[in-house]
Amino acid sequence: MPVSLTINNRSCSAPDGATILDAARLAGIEIPTLCHHPDLSNVGACRMCVVSVQGARALQTACTTPVRDGMVVDTMSADAVATRKFVLEMLLTDHPNDCMGCEVAGDCELQDLVYDHGVQWPEHSGQRHDWPIDPDPNPFIFIDRNKCILCSRCIRACGEIQNRDVWSFAQRGFATKLVAGADEMLLDARCESCGQCVAYCPVGALTDKMSRGKGRTTQVETVRTTCSYCGVGCNFDLNIRGGQIVRVTSAQDAPVNGMALCVKGRYGYDYVHNPERLTRPLVRAKWLTGVEEKVNSNQWTVISQAEKRTATHRSTNGASATALITDNRSLITDDTFIQTDWDTALDVVAGKFAAEKMAHGGDAFAVLASAKCTNEENFLFAKLTRQLLSTNSIDHCARL
Amino acid sequence: MSTPISLTPQPEATLAVNDPAHRWIAVCMGTGCSSSASTEVGAALREELVKNGLENGVEVRRTGCFGFCEQGPITVVYPDETFYTQVKPQNASKIVQEHVVGGQPVERLLYKDPASAVLVEKWHEIGFYGKQQRILLGNCGVIDPENIGHYLAKDGYQALRKCLLELTPEEIIDEMISSNLRGRGGGGFPAGMKWKLARQTQSWPKYVICNADEGDPGAFMDRSVLEGDPHSVIEGMIIAAYAIGADRGYIYCRAEYPLAIERLKIALAQARQLGLLGENILGSGFNCDLEVKEGAGAFVCGEETALMASIMGERGQPWPRPPYPAVAGVWGQPSNVNNVKSYAYTPRIMRNGADWFRSIGTEKSPGTAVFALTGQVQRTGLIEVPMGITVREIIEDIGGGVALGKRFKAVQTGGPLGGCLPEQYLDTPVDFDSLRAVGAVMGSGGMIVADETTCMVEFARYFMKFVVDESCGKCPPCRIGSLRMLEILDRITEGEGTLEDLDELHRLAEGMQRGSLCGLGQLAPSPVLSVLRFFEDEFRAHIIDKACPAHKCKALITFDIVAELCTGCMVCGRNCGSNAITGEKRGVHVIDPDLCERCGMCAEVCKFDAVRIVSPR
Ligand SMILES: Cc1cc2nc3c(=O)[nH]c(=O)nc-3n(C[C@H](O)[C@H](O)[C@H](O)COP(=O)(O)O)c2cc1C
Ligand code: SF4
Ligand code: SF4
Ligand code: SF4
Ligand code: FES
Repeated sequence: MPVSLTINNRSCSAPDGATILDAARLAGIEIPTLCHHPDLSNVGACRMCVVSVQGARALQTACTTPVRDGMVVDTMSADAVATRKFVLEMLLTDHPNDCMGCEVAGDCELQDLVYDHGVQWPEHSGQRHDWPIDPDPNPFIFIDRNKCILCSRCIRACGEIQNRDVWSFAQRGFATKLVAGADEMLLDARCESCGQCVAYCPVGALTDKMSRGKGRTTQVETVRTTCSYCGVGCNFDLNIRGGQIVRVTSAQDAPVNGMALCVKGRYGYDYVHNPERLTRPLVRAKWLTGVEEKVNSNQWTVISQAEKRTATHRSTNGASATALITDNRSLITDDTFIQTDWDTALDVVAGKFAAEKMAHGGDAFAVLASAKCTNEENFLFAKLTRQLLSTNSIDHCARL
Repeated sequence: MSTPISLTPQPEATLAVNDPAHRWIAVCMGTGCSSSASTEVGAALREELVKNGLENGVEVRRTGCFGFCEQGPITVVYPDETFYTQVKPQNASKIVQEHVVGGQPVERLLYKDPASAVLVEKWHEIGFYGKQQRILLGNCGVIDPENIGHYLAKDGYQALRKCLLELTPEEIIDEMISSNLRGRGGGGFPAGMKWKLARQTQSWPKYVICNADEGDPGAFMDRSVLEGDPHSVIEGMIIAAYAIGADRGYIYCRAEYPLAIERLKIALAQARQLGLLGENILGSGFNCDLEVKEGAGAFVCGEETALMASIMGERGQPWPRPPYPAVAGVWGQPSNVNNVKSYAYTPRIMRNGADWFRSIGTEKSPGTAVFALTGQVQRTGLIEVPMGITVREIIEDIGGGVALGKRFKAVQTGGPLGGCLPEQYLDTPVDFDSLRAVGAVMGSGGMIVADETTCMVEFARYFMKFVVDESCGKCPPCRIGSLRMLEILDRITEGEGTLEDLDELHRLAEGMQRGSLCGLGQLAPSPVLSVLRFFEDEFRAHIIDKACPAHKCKALITFDIVAELCTGCMVCGRNCGSNAITGEKRGVHVIDPDLCERCGMCAEVCKFDAVRIVSPR
């Protein structure tokens, strides 16, 4: 049964079991939050969402207080607003004054709230934390505890979404510290580098290490894409700046995965710009005809084994991708790889399949499909195998 | 229905506990007295009785706390009720030979009233006990807490029998509501109302939880009840469980209370053996069992939601209410949390009736209050007084007034979450509402007396430091606000405060009170606010005159030798650790203020009171 209540003099209704925050959002009334995230459990820690409830002894946190029939809520009472400002001011007294250089400026919930509430930077001579910056050698997650507001969103994201329970708080009071495991390095603390914690951090305390300095959210263009790593089909946004992918951000509206991604989806994008990435098929010279002619007319390219090795060596040292390609035709032997076009390559494969089948029948084939393919692609693979290759010997790499 | 298990104690136990002519010696074995070797006193007394062939005629009994711990080990010889203080094992032979055999009290071991210098023989005649009314502590110092027979002989578990076999849960709750027992953990919420809420919640299982975390510095009321009369708490919990419909529960006890935990475990085992815990209790068909959980060593774990988080093995941090524990508590299930004393009252109320309970104390706060009286009073210790007694009566009549003839300055109730009262409020009655009205609180029962030598700014700073150390860190107003307040108080005691700092203290206090998640942060500013209210002049002296009126803040004082009084005995110079004092034998001595560390040693050792403390410097 829906519950009816009044928020800021407006009658609203909300489903039974909803919180004041849920009810307000349903009614289009904004209540500021920091520790709340719709994907995570509510803990009522940050105190930003406090509201006045008629008859209650003290302010209530909207994110945790269930609605009651007839409840009268004022989200903008003088007490509530003053408390929010006080909370923000207190947080700033223990925060570095670094918005200028901060990775997440423009995409920081604390910065936005401070702006919205007109809170001034509090100068004071008291204690401020001075944790070492980036103390963890893991390759993906950059930690700056000085910016941590102890909202516990990372803890809940890791525990509730990723089920890894890597993060927790150690010590208490002002000394409270976000720690991985028993205050260890992330990779020693069961972290699988999925980056969920980074995605849920409202401030610049946890950021993507590989992306630092490469472009703030306000400086990038985003392209929604589907992950090419596996058949789950997670969606995320590639953050592009200057034609380069600088970061992957997950999105709440991604239909399959929401904010969640695995290490490959979130951090495994470097192959895209890798000079060694294959973008066209390579076929050994001996399976092709008219190599000389196509190479001379620059339709195909010769990739010599020797050159390829040194090029690999050079490209890891920063040499350009073109180093892979050589026109030293004298090096062409039977086994030399020729970079051809897709039609040619597929013709070679099809021709060889047909010849094998003629000579030995379907039993000559066994097919191993890939987990990187979608269900539909794997279905087509099965069709190809059973109907064209005439064998039932098909399996899948994910069957371990 | 199977035959109810007999609650009739062994005849020996009844005789031992209830026969006024029984000859026995009580030896306190609470934490205080045990730490000053009362166990050895007990052994020595037994040995001495054997030597005199009296081991069968006179019982030596381990008991719970008498409350007068500063005079421990305490030993009382019955039937004379002769109260011996500071008894050592080597005094055993005198007690046995002179008193038990010879019938003459050992004068040397009697309590001497410091004011009248009169020796007091019987324990109820000592001023410390004069205005006390020991109900909750009634069995402490009387029964052997490790002998369930003694508890049974004191009508123990009769209330449980009555509740389980004669009353419905609703009738029990009505009786508790009518008694108006208010929670003794500090909040003063009516216990019966809380039980009613828990009963109404339709979800199983339900839990009863006893809050025995007692984290206030210097408090030991709950410890004494658990050590001296553990069965009263257990009986109260089983009654509560039956009333709300719970069949299991926890006693969350501070891990720093090993003796209380041991006694609880012994008591639980005995109760289980007699069928008072477990299945089909007293043949009623009601099942219930309890277990002891050791605390996680944090003050905040006394807050009920943090306590339940801790029971579940989580970090001891509070969670916001609602939902209240009665609706969703430990493991998400309805839970009733009460303080040790609240449970310990329960069997007494159910046995004697709500009317009896309401006849004690005041209308709005019936019953008694248990305090740990400490600080600068003549007599300190654990006391139980009827509600409505004035603060002055406690300090002057029970405590014997301020120690060492000094002047009274303030009394703090409610520990680090309470407030202080100055002289003009000493006639405030001690009850939940009167204390709250003047800015102090009942709290769970700490009462600290400060004399004129206490610096009230430092007093406030001490409590704020406690909060900074004990804040759980979950919410910003408390985690950061308390530190900002402490930093200002530090500055003021160092003579670097400004008048704006006073406004800033008020502003921070308001932010913490309004914004903090739990009672710790909400109440933590109270001590500072009450000192600001009653002793603002001391703050101003520190800020404007750079002076500490109580001569305590090191940054604001200097030591000076009064030439006319100095005899040149050289004692000060020899004792000064920083070689700051120079002077010839029989010549006037001088302190070099630059070398002086202001430790105060010279003032302490000077027999001629020639060392003077000056503030401002
Ligand atoms: C910071 C803090 C510490 C507390 N410590 C204790 C404690 O040590 N013992 C206790 O019984 N109640 C303590 N309380 C009160 C409990 O939260 C709770 O109100 C109480 O146990 C309820 O029992 P009662 O109704 O019998 O008083 C504390 C509260 C706060 C906010
Ligand atoms: S990267 Fe993933 S597994 Fe590692 S700590 Fe963050 S959320 Fe947990
Ligand atoms: S690292 Fe980020 S998400 Fe985690 S507690 Fe700190 S501010 Fe919150
Ligand atoms: S008020 Fe203090 S103790 Fe209570 S939840 Fe907040 S930080 Fe923790
Ligand atoms: S959003 Fe509600 S307390 Fe943080």
